[in-house]
Amino acid sequence: MATAESALHNATAHDHHDHEHHDNFITKYIFSTDHKMIGKQFLVTGIFWAIIGGALSIIFRLQLGFPDMELHWLKPLLGGWIDEGGKLDPNFYLALVTMHGTIMVFFVLTAGLSGTFSNYLIPLQIGARDMASGFMNMLSYWLFFVSGVIMFISLFIETGPASGGWVVYPPLSALEQAMPGSGLGMTLWLISMTFFIASSLLGGINYITTVINLRTKGMSFSRLPLTIWAFFLTAVIGLLSFPVLFSAALLLVFDRSFGTSFYLSDIYIGGEALPNTGGSAVLYQHLFWFLGHPEVYIVLLPALGITSEIIATQSRKPIFGYKAMIISMLGIAILSFVVWAHHMFVSGMNPFLGSIFMFLTLIIAIPSAVKVFNYLTTLWRGNLIFTPGMLFSIGLVSFFISGGLTGIFLGNSAIDIQLHDTYFVVAHFHLVMGSASFFGLMAGVYHWFPKMFGRMMDARLGYIHFWLTFIGVYMVFFPMHYIGIAGFPRRYYSWTNFEFTNMYTDLNMFVSAAAIITFAAQAIFLFNFFYSMYRGRKAPMNPWRSTTLEWTTPVNPGHGNWPGEIPAVYRWPYDYSKPGAAEDFIPQTVPLSATPESNLPHEQELVKLEKEIIAEEEAMLVADETKTV
Amino acid sequence: MEEKFAYVEGAEQPISMHPKKFALWLFIVTVVMIFASLTSAYIVRQSEGNWLEFDLPQIFWYSSGIIILSSLTLHWSYLSAKKDELNAVKTGMIITTILGVAFLVSQWYSWVALVDRDVYFVGNPAGSFLYVFTGLHAIHLISGVIFLIIVLISSFNYKVHSKNIVSLEMCMNYWHFLGGLWLYLFMFLLLNH
Repeated sequence: MATAESALHNATAHDHHDHEHHDNFITKYIFSTDHKMIGKQFLVTGIFWAIIGGALSIIFRLQLGFPDMELHWLKPLLGGWIDEGGKLDPNFYLALVTMHGTIMVFFVLTAGLSGTFSNYLIPLQIGARDMASGFMNMLSYWLFFVSGVIMFISLFIETGPASGGWVVYPPLSALEQAMPGSGLGMTLWLISMTFFIASSLLGGINYITTVINLRTKGMSFSRLPLTIWAFFLTAVIGLLSFPVLFSAALLLVFDRSFGTSFYLSDIYIGGEALPNTGGSAVLYQHLFWFLGHPEVYIVLLPALGITSEIIATQSRKPIFGYKAMIISMLGIAILSFVVWAHHMFVSGMNPFLGSIFMFLTLIIAIPSAVKVFNYLTTLWRGNLIFTPGMLFSIGLVSFFISGGLTGIFLGNSAIDIQLHDTYFVVAHFHLVMGSASFFGLMAGVYHWFPKMFGRMMDARLGYIHFWLTFIGVYMVFFPMHYIGIAGFPRRYYSWTNFEFTNMYTDLNMFVSAAAIITFAAQAIFLFNFFYSMYRGRKAPMNPWRSTTLEWTTPVNPGHGNWPGEIPAVYRWPYDYSKPGAAEDFIPQTVPLSATPESNLPHEQELVKLEKEIIAEEEAMLVADETKTV
Repeated sequence: MEEKFAYVEGAEQPISMHPKKFALWLFIVTVVMIFASLTSAYIVRQSEGNWLEFDLPQIFWYSSGIIILSSLTLHWSYLSAKKDELNAVKTGMIITTILGVAFLVSQWYSWVALVDRDVYFVGNPAGSFLYVFTGLHAIHLISGVIFLIIVLISSFNYKVHSKNIVSLEMCMNYWHFLGGLWLYLFMFLLLNH
């Protein structure tokens, strides 16, 4: 180890990485600047929040599926939110829905997904010692942590957490009188989100800087794994959209606490007119959805990138349409900024504007379809190896298709009049964004667990986890389409009060039961995750026989990732099952000149250039050594 | 080492830039997005009517002059650093910092002028937006002044010269950006109030 470390020091000396290796518990596990540890911190925090977010949804599913149920047994946890008759307080029901959304969208699928894998994989897959700024990276995690602590506290205050939906539309969120959750809970929500925005921006700036500036020799943009492309574009989207959420939140803070009227106008409460005039509530919606829609892709793109990587590896085939994948991701990234108003078709927006946004929205179907096509054609006739990671990736493709199709309906401004804010929307985005991204997260964890902890997760438990979750997700969300088409609005406390929804009571019972089983199935994953961390089978260096750079590091990479030189890259990351090659994969670090038997004609020409460069490099190494000696 | 560098910048090596400088540009992008969203919110809100009409304070013209002047002196300081004229660097930095503070003071008096014509933060959004623009810009400008002071101190320790100019360069990029941002806001207000 000592020799490895000294070699590392030699190698990093000219990279201006003068790390002091005096890791104690605090610098190693808490205030770490190592991207790998920060990635794991994001992952574990994300898992914690996923459990909370999931548990909240189970509580409101109990209310929706079993409206007559006695909930006295929840009193130790919920206290006064369960009333004398054992019923859930309607105000707290709204808080549950709001917190479930906020936690899942921001804390689990943004920080937990993008934070984990961008941090963990970017330096490893592009061949860098660490992120551009380890300190900023650490700050990014700790701001996220602070944001989480504040949100967590808000769950336990007397008036309850924010309750106006995760979109926190004014005037509901702007006026304390509107509902209990709009008081202190809403204030804490805004403070927490401010920290979260700062955290995301610090992370995003770091990811972009690292991808652009710290790639290893030979790692051109056309040789980047699709994961890195996805993380890069995600960071760009975040960088452009989170500041807008900041603006929206800032004006909301002014309205709430300083008495301005950006969003408030002509409101009467109990017959009394409020002094605010001249505000516009639609303005908030524009600002919010300018973040809110790109946020969908911030959540989804990393999952798509992870899936591309895993599907190619476990099909033992090059990804079909590498360039088409990049172009479609770019297309999605650009289009994500010009479709926000499809969330506002029924908000009183100009209908002509609606048809423009409808047109732009439907265009997104094209790059999405390209991606689906490429996943399917990569799988087609591949030597499929069904690891748990692969199964979760295929699951993602399934959700992406079934959830994406309903998006075409919702994107139509006319059909949206019927479907807006119904369970149809809930079903749509839980499949295409929630479950798909969650499956991408799971796929990533199963796939890169050996790299993260040096041990393998148990595959059999992984299969059980997959099938229970996969079937469970469809059982939960598929019936919601019917309820939604029937016109039942989301966020409503009770189904039994209306004649037309009465008949869905048993369907709702079914959904709730499925949700409880699916949620319980996650315990299998939790056990597998924490057990394998300490007791799992020891991982080999390259368990999936993969081509990318992270598998060339030692099984447990130290701070600096590679002992000695960072390997150079000579080929794209998808040389699987290349005709003529001895193995069914050729790592990116193998020069074309070493594989004449499998080179394609145009690659044979590159060999000459490559030989010149290698000769030049060797001459230089010799020169360097003579200098240092 | 010399040959190594030449190689590193050759065709095989991916393009790269000083990571900190690059990160600053990305930060600038986020600030651009904040003000882009606020000014477009202004336009959207204005088009809905019920908009208070008032004259912009004359003092904005003076503050614009001050900020342009400060950018010029900072640039002079930068050019001097490139030529290793360290006294000129210090002088330039001091003048820039003073002008930066002067700008903040003049912005404060623009608020005083607004209050004089009965335009308050709380009231019609037309006025509130003006306070938000100037206030948020001032907060960023304070961070710029702090950056100036940090570079100023290191210039007094003879740490800013042609071989060690990245911090001054970053400071200058940020300051020019903040000046440009103010000019944009002012133009925007002149055209749209």
